[in-house]
Amino acid sequence: MSHHYLLPDISQPGKTGCSLPALDVPAAALPPKELLRQELELPEVSEVGLIRYFTALSKLNYGVDTGFYPLGSCTMKYNPKWHEDIARLPGFASIHPLQPEGSVQGALQLMFELQEYLTEITGMNAASLVPLAGAHGEYAGLLLVKAYHQDRGDKARKKILLTDSSHGTNPASAVMCGFEVGVVASDSDGNVDMRSLESAMNEEVAALTLTMPSTLGLFDPRILEISRLVHERGGLLGADGANLNAFLGRVKFGELGYDYVQLNLHKTFSTPHGGGGPGSGPVCVKQNLADFLPSPVVARNKGKYKFVSPAKSVGSIANFYGNFGVMCKAYAYIRSLGAQGMKEVSEDAVLNANYLRAKLKPYYYLPYDRVCMHEVVFSGKRQKAKGVHTLDIAKRLLDYGLHPPTVYFPLIVEEALMTEPTETESKQTLDAYIEAMKEIARDAEENPEILHTAPHNTPVRRLDDVRAARNPDLRWQMKDQGHG
Amino acid sequence: MPSPYLPNTDADRSAMLREIGVGSVEELFRDIPEGLRHAQFRLPSPLSELELKKELNRLASLNVSLDDYACFLGGGSYRHFIPATVEHVIGRSEFYTAYTPYQAEVSQGTLQSTYEYQSLICQLTAMEVSNAGMYDGSTAAAEAAIMACVVTKKNKVAVSTTVNPTYREVIDTYVKGRDLFMETVDPGSGLPSDCACLIAQQPNFFGCLEEMEAHARKAHDAGALFIAVVDPISLGMFQPPGQYGADIAVADGQALGNSMSFGGPGLGVFACRQQYVRQMPGRIVGKTVDVDGKTGYVMTLVTREQYIRRERATSNICTSEALMALAAAVYLATLGKTGLRRVAELCYHKAHYAADGIAKLKGYSLAFSKPFFKEFAVRCPAAPSEINRALLKKGIIGGLDISHAMDNTMLLCVTEMNSREETDKLVEILGTF
Repeated sequence: MSHHYLLPDISQPGKTGCSLPALDVPAAALPPKELLRQELELPEVSEVGLIRYFTALSKLNYGVDTGFYPLGSCTMKYNPKWHEDIARLPGFASIHPLQPEGSVQGALQLMFELQEYLTEITGMNAASLVPLAGAHGEYAGLLLVKAYHQDRGDKARKKILLTDSSHGTNPASAVMCGFEVGVVASDSDGNVDMRSLESAMNEEVAALTLTMPSTLGLFDPRILEISRLVHERGGLLGADGANLNAFLGRVKFGELGYDYVQLNLHKTFSTPHGGGGPGSGPVCVKQNLADFLPSPVVARNKGKYKFVSPAKSVGSIANFYGNFGVMCKAYAYIRSLGAQGMKEVSEDAVLNANYLRAKLKPYYYLPYDRVCMHEVVFSGKRQKAKGVHTLDIAKRLLDYGLHPPTVYFPLIVEEALMTEPTETESKQTLDAYIEAMKEIARDAEENPEILHTAPHNTPVRRLDDVRAARNPDLRWQMKDQGHG
Repeated sequence: MPSPYLPNTDADRSAMLREIGVGSVEELFRDIPEGLRHAQFRLPSPLSELELKKELNRLASLNVSLDDYACFLGGGSYRHFIPATVEHVIGRSEFYTAYTPYQAEVSQGTLQSTYEYQSLICQLTAMEVSNAGMYDGSTAAAEAAIMACVVTKKNKVAVSTTVNPTYREVIDTYVKGRDLFMETVDPGSGLPSDCACLIAQQPNFFGCLEEMEAHARKAHDAGALFIAVVDPISLGMFQPPGQYGADIAVADGQALGNSMSFGGPGLGVFACRQQYVRQMPGRIVGKTVDVDGKTGYVMTLVTREQYIRRERATSNICTSEALMALAAAVYLATLGKTGLRRVAELCYHKAHYAADGIAKLKGYSLAFSKPFFKEFAVRCPAAPSEINRALLKKGIIGGLDISHAMDNTMLLCVTEMNSREETDKLVEILGTF
């Protein structure tokens, strides 16, 4: 059977995938009939049928464990196996969030220490681990910005400035906090255009959100100048910390002049991405924002750990305290690396990216021809002139068993190929990628058809997105409900 | 010792530096001002795998694991049985080491299982469409409230006083963030016509089953959407939101095959009527065909999303809880129609057995006379905190102390995990107060 079957196709009345205990208490009277459910149409499949189905699906997936995954800005580094086991220890996995604090001191200590480590790593003064992903952390950061200005009685600051290379979540998060969005241009070197910032940075601006290094993989050497300008004009400086892997163990956001930074534990701190989560997006802040942090944070008092709510907290932003399971893995990562290990991480991350830059520069246009940090952004502009697009290049990489870089982002680079190798890849792996990219560049000249029709070896080939959006088919129904 | 996570050798590094044309790695950091690139970090010394395992086992052992204790605690996180199939499927690293399926051709595993998830959630809730999942129940409820404001073009959100208080706080944070307004309303009172939605919970925070059809009617009469926060396990037995007129149904999906993990990761279940699909937040997967006409799946309706639409997106959500959604799909498929019904019935009967036993005790009474599912509030003759301390000493995690809402009241939760012996022991100890 091909994988194109779905659960209803293997469902048969009378099958089940699990055994459940018998009722060991007397049955109670049922509530009024109008409250009860009449029909519940879920598939009925055997355990073996179910396992074979999902195993077959898993084989259609590409993960970090399958191969090289240089998705820019996503930091697809290897996820140490035993960190997975840690989050599954019964003392971490089988604890209820509302248990008495005295019965979860180990969990609270882990969270407290993680707050301390992240605060130290970022050069900040306080942290909240509550945000559940990167965008949620950005959101938390911007709520802090809003609360900070309101607390000062400054009601005019309605705008968040972003650069034109920022992640899509940045403007979306700003809008969710009731802000307008203003855009600062990048200059021809890929840095913040100081004239653009100078004219945009007025008394209506609450904060500048600046990814560092930028999504171009570049560190802005004028960061202190930028920070000074923003602060002189009454604004705050916030970081989208997605790219911390570039200077982990080497640079502190606090020393760059940032007031807050949101981290992605599922990027920099090696927790797996799960096909799109769970993530964890702690927000770390300077003292000026500490009182506004989302509730709760963990405090230590006479050797006991407890949850407290910051004095002027922006409130609750999640059911409980954040993605604790993810925190366990990040905690293990920090403890196994130490300060020196982190510095080695960023060294190899930057070395690997620059190696790709140097080796592929003869074949692909490099819009910002300078030393990069943890990722390098190429452009498929040269190939475009031959009628080959970045999408074709990406799809052709799949035929080599390689995951493509992030494509068409950042938006300011035409036909962008944003490539982040991470430190967990070896020169051997990078060389194989380089060879594939060289062959693709050659095919773009000599045999473009093979690129236009790529991929050829994948479980499915190019899919019809337009059809999917025009006639959305977003679910199956059980056969007796209509169609299959 | 070289690091197991840094596969480059020193020889590799030297060769790479030569190719780059620099003398040292240090030169690659030259864009960072000299004074900023040598920060000092006070962090614990690194530990080997062996040493750190010991240390983390020690930390874990400081917690009271509910694998060892009886638990009667609910209030938003629930202990349910997790079939082995769930861990084995989500433990396949092809699933857990992948990211958002931007490259659909090599992500069909994630995409097709998400399509299964969406379908199973629609079946479970009797709603027409589901997204691929959000962070947790509270943020799903908050996003639903904001979506209702967009759909109705109104700026006030009404939340029933019987909705989980944390959900109310999160909705309030989100609504205020957008410069909208939230109002709490008594479940018995009317709904002003300037409200974009009414949010009610089934069963409600106190465990009682509410008259959801009446709430839906009230909301619709006021030109508002009706948003139902539901317990997904209860839907094995009780009327689903699609049948009582919910426009949006949200839930926390932790109970569907995910461990409690001290409150996270959870899963935000989010389903709505077909007509609102283009206002829905979050990822959505759709079925299509490839160039050869072969069936395949893609992320679709992406023009709602931040990476395409930026400040005009329906939400900022990007990374969510995909692996937890996979767990929920495997859980629902493993249990199937008879299994889920069975789990719900076990919860119902066991909870009623416990409630009957407690209600007979001197000084105790059920706080409400309404029908309930697996949670119920009990008025106690002593402070719940005091009772819980005594229970803990005897290996039992007691109920949630809700004395802030009602004097000396405890919210107890009984699931299929609680044996009759555990419950008898609970009742016996409660009887000593």
